[in-house]
Amino acid sequence: MSDYKSILSASCPMPKLDFEIITMGHGSGGLLTHKLLDAGVFDVLSNEYLDKQHDGAVFDVTPGKMAFTTDSYVVSPIFFPGGNIGELAINGTVNDLCMCGAKAAFISLSFIIEEGLRVSDFWEILLHIKQAADHAGVKIVTGDTKVVERGKGDKIFINTSGVGKVHPEAAISVDRIKTGDKVIISNDIARHGIAIMSVREGLEFESDIESDTCHFNHIVEQLLEGFGNGIHFLRDATRGGLSTILNEVSQSLSKGIAIHQKDITVDESVAGACELLGLDPLYVANEGVFVAFVEASIADQVVQKLKSWENGLHAAVIGEVADQHPGQVVLHSQIGGRRVVNMLVGEQLPRIC
Amino acid sequence: MKYLSEYRNPELVKKYLDEIHQSCTKPWMIMEVCGGQTHSIVKNGLLQLLPKEITMVHGPGCPVCVTPMHLIDKAVYLALKEKVILCSFGDMLRVPGSTDSLLEAKSKGADVRILYSPLEAVKLAKDNPDKQVVFFAVGFETTAPANALSVLHAHREGLENYSILASHVLVPPAIDAVMNDDLVKIQGFLAAGHVCTIMGIGEYGPLVEKYQVPIVVTGFEPVDILHGILMVVKQLEKSEHKLENQYARVVRPEGNPEARKVIEEVFEITDREWRGVGNIPLSGYQVKEQYAAFDANKKFSIKMPKVEENPECIAGQVLKGIKKPHECPQFGKGCTPERPLGAPMVSSEGACAAYYHFSKISGQLTEA
Repeated sequence: MSDYKSILSASCPMPKLDFEIITMGHGSGGLLTHKLLDAGVFDVLSNEYLDKQHDGAVFDVTPGKMAFTTDSYVVSPIFFPGGNIGELAINGTVNDLCMCGAKAAFISLSFIIEEGLRVSDFWEILLHIKQAADHAGVKIVTGDTKVVERGKGDKIFINTSGVGKVHPEAAISVDRIKTGDKVIISNDIARHGIAIMSVREGLEFESDIESDTCHFNHIVEQLLEGFGNGIHFLRDATRGGLSTILNEVSQSLSKGIAIHQKDITVDESVAGACELLGLDPLYVANEGVFVAFVEASIADQVVQKLKSWENGLHAAVIGEVADQHPGQVVLHSQIGGRRVVNMLVGEQLPRIC
Repeated sequence: MKYLSEYRNPELVKKYLDEIHQSCTKPWMIMEVCGGQTHSIVKNGLLQLLPKEITMVHGPGCPVCVTPMHLIDKAVYLALKEKVILCSFGDMLRVPGSTDSLLEAKSKGADVRILYSPLEAVKLAKDNPDKQVVFFAVGFETTAPANALSVLHAHREGLENYSILASHVLVPPAIDAVMNDDLVKIQGFLAAGHVCTIMGIGEYGPLVEKYQVPIVVTGFEPVDILHGILMVVKQLEKSEHKLENQYARVVRPEGNPEARKVIEEVFEITDREWRGVGNIPLSGYQVKEQYAAFDANKKFSIKMPKVEENPECIAGQVLKGIKKPHECPQFGKGCTPERPLGAPMVSSEGACAAYYHFSKISGQLTEA
């Protein structure tokens, strides 16, 4: 597992502490808590809001709409090819705000640590949190740390909440989607889920597949600048993958969605791993891919814009909204067949044959 | 992906489809035996591309679907025992037993692990000497060599905490049982390619003669399946019945003798109950007496009460192609993938689930 960390801590060594693992005492609020927070969290994440070390953050707002979101991160293993739980916790919450048409600005950060976590692992996570926040241009302004007994958690859980200002031109809402709208995907799919799977106990296989985790804070702002209310709806294709969010949309709209297999890119090694594991990439989780429903007339330009982004190389129009087959997503297969792409029932489980 | 993309080539698919359309003059009923083939047919949307004269019947070749309920109950019972790690292939987890599925047992605290290889389970046993590791060895002849090998490895390493709960079924007796039913009207078979990779094709010749039906050993990609269907249709149109091998790039006539040797070392043939179908004589494998220490059935001498299947489930008739899934009064009403009455609604390879997913396309409610 250590292969996937050590990049950051090499350049930013951990402060010398007189403990190697986190114990119940570190969540007690007493001296140990202060040692951990002062030498770790506050130093690394320092900014004018957090430095006040108050119970909450106080900041100015300008007139207009704000978006507010929260999410919890429980990924296992906590370090995986291409990322870790800390990076995910920042990017995920930033992206949820982006999907509301907002630019993420302030984030809260809460740890629930299982007793026994190595301080060096915590340090590594913290550095990645800092790096991800800097990349996205957001500030971590408040937070909390609790420690639970061994067996009551799974190394570390992170909750982040975030606020951001909604772009004045944004009008993103599922009820703005109409027949004829184009469905755009921002990149190739299924990398995150397969990266995680490749390091799960019992399923390990060698691959160079990395998680696609990234933030959308700048690209979504650019899309809204350029296309305003021509962007009808945005959604990140995280848990349950592409098919799940398309199903959610088509069911809530009572319209059909047709998608074309040939336009959806799946990296060759990811496709190979999916074959091997008996998984359908349409249902595999992503952490750096979103779907946009846009006015048909601007679809090609939106794709061009996405392609200019470092995480949008495989952006494409993959389908359209139709009056036919309401509430259903129909996939036109590469060989000319059609099938309904259903909502996932429970967790996607690998098949025998 | 080489060896895959060429068998998904749209032009080749079109070529075979055109040939099937030209060759087919009468209605034919063809069974694809293997669940993997069913899955591919559904995933690629092949059914609507075939001439309406051809009816594909999804056969009993889904190991998940035919594993009897009392064995699932046994797996659940073992999983819930203290100090037992129950390992299984993924799609077995959701199949309902009489009270719980393995997934439900997991949520009640059972240690259930999804593995890809039984050899991983042996490793798990080695790493956890204070636990009993049980591998739920489900599958056709294809998975039997690896399961047998796991027993040999555990034996060689002297492990006393590894055993398999074997639920192995065999394809040829199943075809025999299907054809033996007077109500069955199947006229040709696509035999399961990967099973033949291990076993060879020799066992199918006698079935071709006995029932005068074409059997074509077929692969799993769209091009393979359409090619297999074309080969069956051509025979049927000429009133021929032959054993042919479409999947010759993988299947040798003699199969894989090394793998068979491993199977024969560990397993012996026995009568086996097939969920939804009933008892089929000499249709499964059980662990030989000499390896009884690795047979979870003997190691944990448990008698599970025999539970009746839900009488409203017509899985048996569906698996034999006598009835279509949507002809079941419970189809899509009392029985859905979220709340299945019988196993064919659970696995993505199951005939009922395949129809359920398909028939939801508006305007095609009755025919897949």
